[in-house]
Amino acid sequence: MSAPESSPGSNPEQEPGLDPGTAEELEQERARELGSPAGEDMPDTESRLAKALQQTMTSPWTVSVGAVLLAVLAGSVMIAFTDEEVKAASGYFFARPGDTFVALGQAIGGAYSALFRGSVVNVQAPDFVTAIRPLTETLSYATPLIAAGLGVALAFRAGLFNIGGQGQMLVAAAAAGWVGFGVSGVPFPLHLLLAVVAGIAAGAVWAGIAGVLKARTGAHEVIVTIMLNYVAYYLISYFLATPGLLQAPGSSNPKTPPTAESAQLPNLLGDRFNLTWGFVLAVLAVVGVWWLLNRSSTGFAFRAVGENPRAARVAGIDTGRATVNVMLVAGGLVGLAGASQVLGAVTTGFSSDIDAGIGFDAITVALLGGSNPWGVLAAGILFGAFKAGGTTMQAAEGVPSDIVLVVQSLIVLFIAAPPLVRAIFRLPDPNRRRAPKKPKAARNQKEAAA
Amino acid sequence: MSADPTTQLDAPLSETTRTVTVVSWKTAGVLLAVTLLYALLLVAVPHAGDTRFLLSQRADFFQIPVIVLPATAFAWACGAVMLAVTAASFVLTARGRRTSLWLVVLFSLAGLLGFLAWAGAGSPRDLSIVGLLGGAVLWSVPFVYGALGGVIGERAGVVNIAIEAQLLGAAFTAAIVSSITNSAVAGLVAAVAAGALVALVLGVFAITYHVNQVIVGVVLNVLVVGLTSFLYSQVLVPSAETLNSTTRFQSIPIPVLSDIPVLGPVLFDQPLLIYLMFIAVPTVWYTLNRTRWGLRLRAVGEHPKAADTVGIDVVRTRYNAVLVAGAVAGLGGAFYTTVQLSQFGENMTGGAGYIALAAVIFGKWDPVRAAFAGLLFGFASNLQNVLSVVGSPVPSQFMLMIPYVVTLLAVAGLVGRSRPPAASGEPYIKG
Repeated sequence: MSAPESSPGSNPEQEPGLDPGTAEELEQERARELGSPAGEDMPDTESRLAKALQQTMTSPWTVSVGAVLLAVLAGSVMIAFTDEEVKAASGYFFARPGDTFVALGQAIGGAYSALFRGSVVNVQAPDFVTAIRPLTETLSYATPLIAAGLGVALAFRAGLFNIGGQGQMLVAAAAAGWVGFGVSGVPFPLHLLLAVVAGIAAGAVWAGIAGVLKARTGAHEVIVTIMLNYVAYYLISYFLATPGLLQAPGSSNPKTPPTAESAQLPNLLGDRFNLTWGFVLAVLAVVGVWWLLNRSSTGFAFRAVGENPRAARVAGIDTGRATVNVMLVAGGLVGLAGASQVLGAVTTGFSSDIDAGIGFDAITVALLGGSNPWGVLAAGILFGAFKAGGTTMQAAEGVPSDIVLVVQSLIVLFIAAPPLVRAIFRLPDPNRRRAPKKPKAARNQKEAAA
Repeated sequence: MSADPTTQLDAPLSETTRTVTVVSWKTAGVLLAVTLLYALLLVAVPHAGDTRFLLSQRADFFQIPVIVLPATAFAWACGAVMLAVTAASFVLTARGRRTSLWLVVLFSLAGLLGFLAWAGAGSPRDLSIVGLLGGAVLWSVPFVYGALGGVIGERAGVVNIAIEAQLLGAAFTAAIVSSITNSAVAGLVAAVAAGALVALVLGVFAITYHVNQVIVGVVLNVLVVGLTSFLYSQVLVPSAETLNSTTRFQSIPIPVLSDIPVLGPVLFDQPLLIYLMFIAVPTVWYTLNRTRWGLRLRAVGEHPKAADTVGIDVVRTRYNAVLVAGAVAGLGGAFYTTVQLSQFGENMTGGAGYIALAAVIFGKWDPVRAAFAGLLFGFASNLQNVLSVVGSPVPSQFMLMIPYVVTLLAVAGLVGRSRPPAASGEPYIKG
């Protein structure tokens, strides 16, 4: 393909460092708006301290911290309003106001410390291994989120909205699971490899249908992927209810037999932790997608189609083929998530809810990660922590883990709207000073709010 | 694409005609594929016996006797009609003409009737056509309202992926208000307010803060699921008696009209929310296409800068549109807790908002077409109920899958490339 070379003006092959930079900026300018230190245009007369303060105040990290604070605050309000003891204590608030505040502190502090205990370090644990176990649980939960998030993010970069994570995960889980328990006599590493490849291939094919239909007939990928979710769900339900296909022999439940030992992802840190090599695969996928997007001509074609399909076509890129390829790769990544579920997380046999909502969570992960592979890795781990911690919180404090969804989505929402966060915390706007000197800032969307 | 423009210009008519017709072979091809699949079904799973089509209910004014048809013969007759339409489509395409919508409708009708006859063959139970169609209308309520909300938003340039959030938030609010006030109408009003509230959040982030509309929509969906599920288990479950047992809308038969055979009970013996839907669809169409407000709304969605230049307040128009869209979607959310069930359940909309989104695109951003698409999905949701009564010959999972496969085929073969409003998804930044 001679496409990238023929594009007029800039040659991406010659400027590998610049090109991904600009593309990333376009994609996630809200997530990390700081292209260069904010203080660079400051006059020298200002003291160093003021400069440092200014830098901190206008840093996107400050906005992110503010966003997390706001989201946690909202979560606290929800806990406070629904906690029984707070309610009881506030009944005699004017008699003994102290009780209300103690109850508030216990309810909110208890919930968030349980969240921390469940996701990072269990400070109450008797020994080191139990203490860091939550961290490994977080990474376990993060594994499918990262892989599926990459699939959604990659499609986003090519201008496609892959809403079909559920269906792709289901067919991938079915394929990987079938190889995992149906094929016998294959030794360990080979059997595992076969199962993983089967999962990736199945996910790729399922998403590829959407890609082909989009490229050939123009069918909108949103409809097609949603419809494929339902088709996959019923197809897998049928397989699960049919002896000889996926249903465990001698059982009438719609559930598969357990995955064979030789097809299971081995534990990464020994038998005392649930974390499997699936996490390593997910991290490798992150590196792979980063390379694909930023260092390969295929990835350049993907991004070109995403930024401006017409220009891409004029430049000689086969947009139809790029669409199909993107969906194949995206589906393969979601397929990896499905495979890691049945070969790592749930090896005792699965049913039609094996996707566990990850297909939809992946959309949020991709958005929080700014559709950037490393961002997806970070976002996936964060959401994994929320999932792991939410379980502990529900068990220990009786706070429904649904609150995690609220906090999670508020974080994404606030991070996406830096002007709002800055307005709430009265932070200065970094673009105000830079705007006249940097024409690029005119494109920046926060400009309008200034 | 591959056709060289110069040959098109130089070559005589025949060449040009051939180039043009390439596009529409798709329809004929899909029709042929469906016909073949249908024939394959009849051959592979023979299902002998009679099918009893029930056209009237016991209480109806006009009684129509049960129509008993020999299933196999009837199914093949329907297949013949399908084949004829397919052949006609091929002939038309070869002559460079498009397959008319009526042919496609005839094809679908024949296919559906044949399929139903085949599915109900040999069953001692009657296959109730009224139940099939009436249920379809009922089940389509959230899809149709949701799709209308989606159309209004997108025509103004704001992608409304938060339909799911609006439906769920509205269902939740309607449940609480209707339970407290013992009034379904109050629940409906609360649902409208809740839908508009979710839309307001969408508007603040998407219009004022220029956040990517897809992000806001998806995140709002998650946010509302979390919020309602949390409040459900913390507030509604402990006091289910007072807060979560709603007063529902009852069916109101319209005099005279409800006595029309078949159509009467299907269309005119339904709860208030459905009659509102019959009014809402043409109203939205009229408002969008025939009023000044609608023209401005569409202008803002197609070319906000041009609209701004002629003095239309883009931000305000978009806010209005999004709020109306949320309110309309809220009506759909009320269906769950004031018509379908008398209580709220966690995540009870179960992705209906995404189906409504599909209906928006399927209907090419036109309110009437989107409503019909919503009706199709409603029919699909209801088909399983009817067929499970008759007892279906193929595994139920495949029955349930059929509507979605048909949608895929329809989107690929009949709808094709759909063009959203030009500025849909683009935040407007003045200057």
